[in-house]
Amino acid sequence: MKPRSLITLFAALAVAGAAAAAPAAPATPATPATPATPATMAAAPAGTYEKTLSNGMRVIVKEDRRAPTVVHMVWYRVGAMDEVDGTSGVAHVLEHMMFKGTRNHKSGQFNELVAAAGGRDNAFTSLDYTAYYQQVPANRLDQMMALEADRMVNLIVDPKEFSKEIKVVMEERRMRTDDKPQALVHEALMATAFQAHPYRRPIIGWMSDLENMTAADARDWYRNWYAPNNAYVIVIGDVDKDEVFRLAEKNYGKIPRRALPPRKPLGEPEQAGIKRLTVKAPAKLPYLAMAWKVPELRNASKDRDPFALEVLAGVLDGHDAARFSKTLVRGSKIAVSAGAGYDGTVRGEALFFLDGTPAEGRTVAELEQALRAEIERVAKEGVSPEELARVKTQIIAGQVYKRDSMFAQAMEVGGIEAAGLNWQDLDTVIEKLRSVTAEEVQEVARKYFKDDALTVAVLDPQPLPEKTEKKTAATGLRH
Amino acid sequence: MMKRLLIGMICLAAASLAQAQVKIEHWTTPAGARVYFVETRVLPIIDVQVDFAAGSAYDPADKPGLAALTRSLLDAGAGDLDEEKISGRLVDTGARLGGSADDDRASLTLRTLSSKPEREAAVELVRTLLQQPTFPAAVLDREKKRLIAGIKEADTRPASIGSKRFMAAIYPGHPYGYHATVESVGRIERDDLVRFHSAYYTARRASVSIVGDLSRAEAEALAIRLTDGLPEGGEAEPIPEVVLPQREKLRIPHHATQSHIFVGLPAMRRGDPDFFPLLVGNYILGGGGFVSRLTKEVREKRGFAYSVYSHFQPYRRLGPFEIGLQTKREQAEEALKVVDTTLAAFLEKGPTEDELKRAKENLINGFALRIDSNKKILDHVAMIGFYGLPLDYLDRYPKEVAKVTSAQIRDAFSRRIRPENLVTVIVAGS
Repeated sequence: MKPRSLITLFAALAVAGAAAAAPAAPATPATPATPATPATMAAAPAGTYEKTLSNGMRVIVKEDRRAPTVVHMVWYRVGAMDEVDGTSGVAHVLEHMMFKGTRNHKSGQFNELVAAAGGRDNAFTSLDYTAYYQQVPANRLDQMMALEADRMVNLIVDPKEFSKEIKVVMEERRMRTDDKPQALVHEALMATAFQAHPYRRPIIGWMSDLENMTAADARDWYRNWYAPNNAYVIVIGDVDKDEVFRLAEKNYGKIPRRALPPRKPLGEPEQAGIKRLTVKAPAKLPYLAMAWKVPELRNASKDRDPFALEVLAGVLDGHDAARFSKTLVRGSKIAVSAGAGYDGTVRGEALFFLDGTPAEGRTVAELEQALRAEIERVAKEGVSPEELARVKTQIIAGQVYKRDSMFAQAMEVGGIEAAGLNWQDLDTVIEKLRSVTAEEVQEVARKYFKDDALTVAVLDPQPLPEKTEKKTAATGLRH
Repeated sequence: MMKRLLIGMICLAAASLAQAQVKIEHWTTPAGARVYFVETRVLPIIDVQVDFAAGSAYDPADKPGLAALTRSLLDAGAGDLDEEKISGRLVDTGARLGGSADDDRASLTLRTLSSKPEREAAVELVRTLLQQPTFPAAVLDREKKRLIAGIKEADTRPASIGSKRFMAAIYPGHPYGYHATVESVGRIERDDLVRFHSAYYTARRASVSIVGDLSRAEAEALAIRLTDGLPEGGEAEPIPEVVLPQREKLRIPHHATQSHIFVGLPAMRRGDPDFFPLLVGNYILGGGGFVSRLTKEVREKRGFAYSVYSHFQPYRRLGPFEIGLQTKREQAEEALKVVDTTLAAFLEKGPTEDELKRAKENLINGFALRIDSNKKILDHVAMIGFYGLPLDYLDRYPKEVAKVTSAQIRDAFSRRIRPENLVTVIVAGS
């Protein structure tokens, strides 16, 4: 019954729909896999080990012997934020091309070998990183590493394969964004909130850039960024750490280190004044999304505000009894749904989002006032000890529940590493979240939610054209 | 409470146990509820799912949406608790509630820490929700408005329009084809929910699945607590038999840039004798992701779609077989032709021996991946329990897959997917 927010913070794009990844979970076969977003609410898995190979590639292992399976991931420290104007989307396009053949394997063979091993595989691209994974029986880890090592150095970006795959990506853009009004709002929101920082470009890329992309663009991207010293491997499952280190050395250790392009600092000029935008699209319900520029997590030991912001998001929308559900959906009934979200574990710049859909007869302007009033209420009155305790209870219980999924644990390690922190910080993050005080939550609500740092995006729903269904006796299927 | 939770976390590191098999224990409570239990002590977690034969198939013809609303309003008020107290209590235990109503089942899931105070509080809350929901009129009014808003929005989206139209077309006059509308939800009153609950949330229509960190004796007590206040009721009345649709092609105009295409018909039920040939065959046709024929033909060779799949969803009665894809509207006819040709070739010739071998390798070698978490085990156990499948279903699964022949696949597909019954729905076509 809880009205879920529509915010998906920095959601990553995957190469395949869920039908590929989860034949056992048939509820929504057409929905593309959306891997868990890297959460800051995380705990260092007990029994985690790390080794750095001589070429600079790091190997992170967690032994989890519950079932004879393993998840193997390779994360590259390159994502959409490293792109430049004119080739937006190339990080994600290259991710697709990574399945299209190497000097040793023909196009599609990667997937066939994983399938034959009994495995599932996919990959995903975010603003910050690009990651590849396989879930396989534990005794197939060596083979998976050999396959990943092969495509780390031997990829062939064939122009013919590229010309087909770029069409797939354009279909993906139509499906995810062009025909989804709220996705268009989020795209426009990011493009407006940031004027210089690369977070202004969508991960999927602008359609015009996709239409003009070449195989050479993808090849250049690969040559620039795909190197062992720009990657780390995560292995969680029914494995012995020393054996994993040995296999990693054998498969990845021989790949030479390469010089990476310089990464220039990517500053966003300080915003000086509210930004507002409207997206018109065929839809029934209006929609509102607001984003404030807030600090990101840079130092898990020293930072305080990112943790207070995370707890604030929890107080507003972290659980069934949180304020938005209680006050806006159930109480005043001004919203059909309302959400809050903050992810400070990012390489780039962090935003604090509020979003929602007004109830029938209410306007987005009223909803905006109501959402702002909730922030102001925290700023003025603070939060109760009970509210604080509830958020922390969710965090701690969530840590236990997360252990039921090796995949979720691997995502958590990968995500914090991608943001430039370490998996060892996961414990610190939990400690720090638990130490957040009511005063700190009140203080961040006072400090960061100024209009000068705010962007407001509104969906202005347009009527749909009239439709009449046509029925024909179908012909054409041979039997 | 914080301290107790932490102790629970420390225990995690100690336990370690590779689990390749799932042993399901089964019994019936005195009130007649069936219980299915898997003990696994590695994590301090208990997962519970209570399923009732109270899905949307039991909606009155003029009130689709009633089963879904009844299920979703269980936590709108119960016993002497209002919805704020309910959500507060839930959150204080750290437990999580889930579940919804599908065509056959209304489900409620609980995930809780296994430590006694948290578990006791969470189970007591769920017991109250299941046995004493009050369905307050004011909450119903609000939730109807929210549901109607959601329906209005969904009715602008091509995926949702197409999916509803497809189900209505392949199940003409059958409850599997109903869907909630603005009008049908508008007609639902509080009395409808009260009656639906008292008629269908009964012990003999319930199956209780429990997975996790507790003993058999504790599981027995838990199952009794969740069900002993329910009316015993009778056996679930049978859902009407499905009548296969006539072949037709429906075109629904829409402004979207992509066409959404659906092809299919009612095809398979739970416990179906053709289950394994259809499962293995579908992996080859369109269920096996990248390596399936549909993905190769539609996506890999031609770049026509990001997502293309085929899928069987078995229900108590024949559940849908569905092929789906989204493609740029200008090429919709061409893409549909590729789908039709691929399906026809598969129906005519069946899989090659090489395809069969590869499908079996994936399904058999990868079997452990289907049961490598408590959540996955719970999903299987609840399905086995609700539909009354053999308790050794999971053990038999790889063996049954291994036995499937290409002749069986061809035979099963040609009987179940007859072109004269295939329905095609195209939203936003060219």
